Amino acid sequence: MDNVQLIDDNGKRNDGRGPEDLRPIKIEAGVLNNADGSAYIEWGKNKIIVGVYGPREMHQKHLQKPDRAIVQVNYSMASFSVDERKRPGQGRRELEISKILSEALERSIISNKYPRTSIDVFIEVLEANAGTRCAGLTAASVAMADAGIPMTGLIASCASGKVDGQVVLDLDKLEDNTGDADLPVGYIPLTDEVVLLQMDGHLTPQEFDKAFGLAKNACVEIHQLQRDALTKKYSQDPDEDNGEDQAGEEVVSE
Amino acid sequence: MNSQEATPNERVFVLPGDILGDDSFKSGSGTYIKDGVIHAAQVGVLNINRDFINIMPAFSSYVPKHGDSVIGIIVDNGPSSWMVNIGCPYTAMMHTNDVQWNVKYGDTGKYLKPGDAILAKVSNVNEVKKIQIAMKEHGLRKLESGILVKVPQPKVPRIIGKGGSMIAMLKQKTQTRMFVGQNGMIWVEGEDNNMEVVSQAIQIIKDRAHVSGLTDYMENYLDSQDCRDSRDSPDIGSNGD
Repeated sequence: MDNVQLIDDNGKRNDGRGPEDLRPIKIEAGVLNNADGSAYIEWGKNKIIVGVYGPREMHQKHLQKPDRAIVQVNYSMASFSVDERKRPGQGRRELEISKILSEALERSIISNKYPRTSIDVFIEVLEANAGTRCAGLTAASVAMADAGIPMTGLIASCASGKVDGQVVLDLDKLEDNTGDADLPVGYIPLTDEVVLLQMDGHLTPQEFDKAFGLAKNACVEIHQLQRDALTKKYSQDPDEDNGEDQAGEEVVSE
Repeated sequence: MNSQEATPNERVFVLPGDILGDDSFKSGSGTYIKDGVIHAAQVGVLNINRDFINIMPAFSSYVPKHGDSVIGIIVDNGPSSWMVNIGCPYTAMMHTNDVQWNVKYGDTGKYLKPGDAILAKVSNVNEVKKIQIAMKEHGLRKLESGILVKVPQPKVPRIIGKGGSMIAMLKQKTQTRMFVGQNGMIWVEGEDNNMEVVSQAIQIIKDRAHVSGLTDYMENYLDSQDCRDSRDSPDIGSNGD
């Protein structure tokens, strides 16, 4: 393990990125017809689809809050999402991620408009390559905005960490498995709030500050992609949908 | 995008968190105040009405208000009340005292069964959003025939149009009776073919809700459709609201 070289002599990482580069990210809003809101994200080799249902009446009555809505997140990974078949179902890891993501999303919404309800968020990981909780949170926030749920701002999320003794941004699978530390951050750029912060491994206080700053800056960048995705969905000209030159349009945009 | 001033005719698209204005304005629907500054809380189009800043959301779920006319579907009947789905996060309750019939205890199923559609009015909404509806007023009744079409609640004003112009045109051109509930449920009754035309037209209005000149566009669309004119009576349709 220790003799894997993750950063070469030119400072490039195993996939050719520099230490402060993100993987390519693509976000699309409104991909499911029967959900109230939805989003799809491709983040490097991660592929995640998110559906939001609600607000709807909370049917475990003892869990409903008389003054506000709650967010229930169900994070699950498809059995084909990783190299070795993953046993389906909720394990320790899925429960943990569902819990932290629901707490993060709950901080961003204005929940007193819909008392006694739950907002159900389903995060389905189709392909995983490290950083799925961050990608899932980023997409879930877009899906919630798409569902018309009032919120203080969109949550952008990104991880940073330490690889080969160097602080880097957005770890991929190899770096995550063999690196020294991983620091996922969920951040609302418009209100300057941190809604998710976890750490796996060891960082010195100086390294932590650097890693945290890197992740926050990346969140600002990701936030712009989230905005673009929502703007694209809602500012679409209906004539482009059923006009004759639609085929031509599609070729150009891809 | 962070538009401090917007001219009334310009359509400004906003996203959650966008700064809309300072405290010289008042915070209207779809917005929130933080540190004296008004921010957007939803995805939608900015609408400044005198000193109120509102957002017309692109999509949001219906929140019932006292006095709303709605179309509901019975989901369950108890001995002295019905539970009604009015297309909002909460199931509404209608007590036997709030209907025009004299219903004996346990006889609710003789009047309305699960699956029946009704015209009703929201009579009470309390602070924990327990909703009561009633159909005691004149004109509120069970819907025996016709079709229901559902649109998202924010599109309801476009279906009705300015001063009811859009719905009046739909009714007149297709010779149908219509009722638009504030909850986004629309009841249409008429010739089978014409109901289909209306239902298609409603889908188009829904998709083009943000385009200007919609009424003219729809007029052309309806003229291009083949609407059978079976009813001669000019007195078609009642409640346009």
